[in-house]
Amino acid sequence: MISDPTMPLSSPTLETGSDDDQLLRVSLGPQHPSTHGVFRMNVVLDGETVVRLKPVFGYLHRNHEKIAEGVTYLSSMPYTDRLDYICPLTNNWAYAHAVEKLAGIEVPERAEYMRVITAELTRLINHTAFAGFFLGDMGAWGSALMYAFREREKILDLFEDLTGARMMSNFMRFGGCRNDLPEGWAKRASAVVDGYGPFLDEMETFLLGNEILLSRTQNVGQVPRELLINGGVTGPMLRAAGVNYDIRKAEPYGIYDRFNFRIPLGEAGDCYDRLMIRFLEMRESLKILRQALDQLPEGDYVHPKAKIRNFKPPVGEAYARIEGPKGELGFYLISDGTVNPFRYRIRPPSFINLTLLEDMCLGLDLADVVVILGSVDIVLGEVDR
Amino acid sequence: MKLETKSLPENINRLPKLERSSRWIFPGYGLLQGLAVSGRNFVESFYKKERMTTVQYPEERAPISPNFRNFPFLCYDDNAEAGLRCTACSICEKECPPQCIYIVLERDENGKSLKRPKVFDIDISVCMNCGICAEVCPFDSIYMDGEYEMSNDDRFGGLLLGLDRLSKSAEYHAQIRPKEAADVAAKRKAAAEKKAAAAAAKIAKAKAAAEAKKQKEMEEQANLEKGEGE
Repeated sequence: MISDPTMPLSSPTLETGSDDDQLLRVSLGPQHPSTHGVFRMNVVLDGETVVRLKPVFGYLHRNHEKIAEGVTYLSSMPYTDRLDYICPLTNNWAYAHAVEKLAGIEVPERAEYMRVITAELTRLINHTAFAGFFLGDMGAWGSALMYAFREREKILDLFEDLTGARMMSNFMRFGGCRNDLPEGWAKRASAVVDGYGPFLDEMETFLLGNEILLSRTQNVGQVPRELLINGGVTGPMLRAAGVNYDIRKAEPYGIYDRFNFRIPLGEAGDCYDRLMIRFLEMRESLKILRQALDQLPEGDYVHPKAKIRNFKPPVGEAYARIEGPKGELGFYLISDGTVNPFRYRIRPPSFINLTLLEDMCLGLDLADVVVILGSVDIVLGEVDR
Repeated sequence: MKLETKSLPENINRLPKLERSSRWIFPGYGLLQGLAVSGRNFVESFYKKERMTTVQYPEERAPISPNFRNFPFLCYDDNAEAGLRCTACSICEKECPPQCIYIVLERDENGKSLKRPKVFDIDISVCMNCGICAEVCPFDSIYMDGEYEMSNDDRFGGLLLGLDRLSKSAEYHAQIRPKEAADVAAKRKAAAEKKAAAAAAKIAKAKAAAEAKKQKEMEEQANLEKGEGE
């Protein structure tokens, strides 16, 4: 038996006892290919069954929130790229949204459309990469990830043209975007969007009927819906369990109320539904993208009175949230009227989605833990900040 | 398929018609379907252009977008010493998120500012390539470079760029970013013309004032002479 369950575990230890109650402590990670970064799980096993799981994180802590309090509002923008580095543009948007709310800045029409387009492309990137990594977690290392990355690269090329970097975009500004769309960009984006449907068809044929995948993911990692809601879980994780909650619909921000799209819902809330939900969401994103690219108006890409130097929002506080690809991404800011925020706080979706990891894993095999962790879709840059 | 829903009837049809429990045509059918996809990808990767995505670096290079940004450089007109646009105002130093810019203002012996940097260092081992310095610069002086092959075996000195390695000509800027450079050149030309016009106007005004003064003096002189005559 375990003498002290709260004791930190540093290395695998064999507990001695009678044959029936021997438990094995395993330290999974932090340098383990399945942990999506530097993340450690202290797992207690009874045979092959997980009886206790304790997540350990903080290996990638970079003090982002405290640094942000010491630099200007604009200077925090490139740091937000590095939170969830798979989808920097939604992070940019959430932060810009919070500052705009704080300072009461208007965003021009064209900038709103550009934000929606980049955010939905980011959602495509995230979910595509997720499909690849998730299959990698189950041992299908190679093909699925390569196909996913091949398509992702097409969108990253678009981002490089638009923002100057594939991943570290630093694109949104308070009151719009940094620069206008380059010439012919919208046309190329439409071509990528048109090519994405056939890719999703191919990916679905490739993966979703696969018997191994079905047996590895179905009925794995289910938790009661109430627990998910109480745990603050958001995004595809929550919707896979059939809870109809998406901030784009529940509290429309930007111009999402103008588009015609639906929120896919799962039912079982297991890993298979989580994968499936993401495929369905990509289809909906394509719908939004087509509408946005068609309607894209001419005009300013940034508010003409937006300030970049010596920007001082009025005294006050604001919390703004958007539906990031991983869930609700919120920024909470307190301003004391100077150039630096007084308090800067992030509500990272993947960190909060991770809190139910133990509940999802108990009673399952060790191999399932890896699948469940993959299905949560964490990025350690955001978890540890 | 158990994943059905109140909200997405049309999309549900797109998913494979596989029951969650099992409605296999025969065991392993899904696997074979997947294998067919990877087989097709494998064969097509030899002749189909959209499947041949690998660029054989360093023999081949992917084209760089004109917007691509890497590390900052300082722009000068004509002469690297005198033509440097930087006035050492330190705005970029203050706005730089990782604080990797270090500037010392050049002063003459009386301590008067010469409006140019004595030291301008950027530590590119700290720089996060965000481009904020280029954005906040009011003097069109600092821009982002597109050069990416900068590996170095000197960990400290090699990655600390001083004025000598940062200064690059306006022609270089026009070469890597034609559009941006053209806009900036037009803006600077307009500003210079405006400045020249203002200066000319000032000179003209001064001249007019001097002439008016002279006229007045002459008149006074004339009056004086007239008075004397009487």
